[in-house]
Amino acid sequence: MASPKAPVARPLSPHLQIYRPTLTMTMSIVHRITGAALYFGTLLLAWWLIAAAAGPNAFATVQGFMDGIVGRLILFGYTWALLHHLLGGVRHLIWDTCYGFGPRERELLTLAGLIGSVGLTVLIWILGYLTLGGAR
Amino acid sequence: MVQFTLPKNSKITEGKVWPAAPGTKNAREFRVYRWSPDDGQNPRIDTYQVDLDDCGPMLLDALIWIKSKIDPTLTFRRSCREGVCGSCAMNIDGVNTLACTRTMKEVPSKTVNIYPLPHMPVVKDLVPDLTNFYAQYASIEPWLQTKTPEPIREWKQSHEDREKLDGLYECILCACCSTSCPSYWWNSDRYLGPAALLQANRWILDSRDESTGERLDNVEDPFRLYRCHTIMNCTKACPKGLNPAKAIAEIKMKLVERQV
Repeated sequence: MASPKAPVARPLSPHLQIYRPTLTMTMSIVHRITGAALYFGTLLLAWWLIAAAAGPNAFATVQGFMDGIVGRLILFGYTWALLHHLLGGVRHLIWDTCYGFGPRERELLTLAGLIGSVGLTVLIWILGYLTLGGAR
Repeated sequence: MVQFTLPKNSKITEGKVWPAAPGTKNAREFRVYRWSPDDGQNPRIDTYQVDLDDCGPMLLDALIWIKSKIDPTLTFRRSCREGVCGSCAMNIDGVNTLACTRTMKEVPSKTVNIYPLPHMPVVKDLVPDLTNFYAQYASIEPWLQTKTPEPIREWKQSHEDREKLDGLYECILCACCSTSCPSYWWNSDRYLGPAALLQANRWILDSRDESTGERLDNVEDPFRLYRCHTIMNCTKACPKGLNPAKAIAEIKMKLVERQV
């Protein structure tokens, strides 16, 4: 009687490595990343609020950091992450009502989220600089 | 579980390069994923030159040409050659599709890259193990379930109710959609995937079926249904032009509707 063969360890076929990226897939991944980034943004906000409650010296430290080039870059990124995630949420809300699944609509919705988030971020910062004059 | 890289035994190596036969005027390069359970080697990519003047227009023709003219060990599933059986589903040029219904002209790049359906255990070469995929299909109980006494003749359905199944009943279970889905890649042990969920919706929407509530109960689960994040790779891959992403959204909507 032939002895049964030992089971073969089957390889896993390649996935991310070979799949051609699609717009909706890429934006889904970015939605996840910006969602994670918002946790850090919230920490930043909490830091600012706690400092405001702690006293003028602590508050000045936070304000000083946020006023610097690094602080402004972080805030700029936070603005974009927030808007991208917000518009992504609106897109998902539309999809949850079973609209926007056609080949044109789904691409337009996704593209609108991307362009909208970048555009609104720049707009908010332009308005911010115009009203606040760039420095306090 | 999310694992972005391939396990050690799945890393792909460079394989054999077959030169074009002398006198070939119109050759096109095919790079094909190979793995055999018999030699203990890692998967490899073999390179073939297909003589387009001697070969049919479809990608399946090219694979059959390679198998009969160059390398008889090349293994792949195929049967109907007209997009009905779903056997020749594979990843061609980075997108899941049927090799039989896609022409070589539809692949823009000069070289044609062919892999098995993504993130699946490989049986041999382009043949993936679909055991789990079929088990998930079975789990949605894809048959008519009734409670009222059987009618003398048949279960009747109006034309309008029958039309609700259009875009669902055409599914051939080729697995192109499920294996294109990143969510399915990471969670195929618990997430049913687009194919099984589209089929679930086909039975939920059937006016003759009397287990709609139980069917909805069965999919109402953070993993079985709600791992769908509307990534839409499924819909873009479907070689039958169906819309699994929308079918899943319809199930989600039904679940909300029955609560309000």
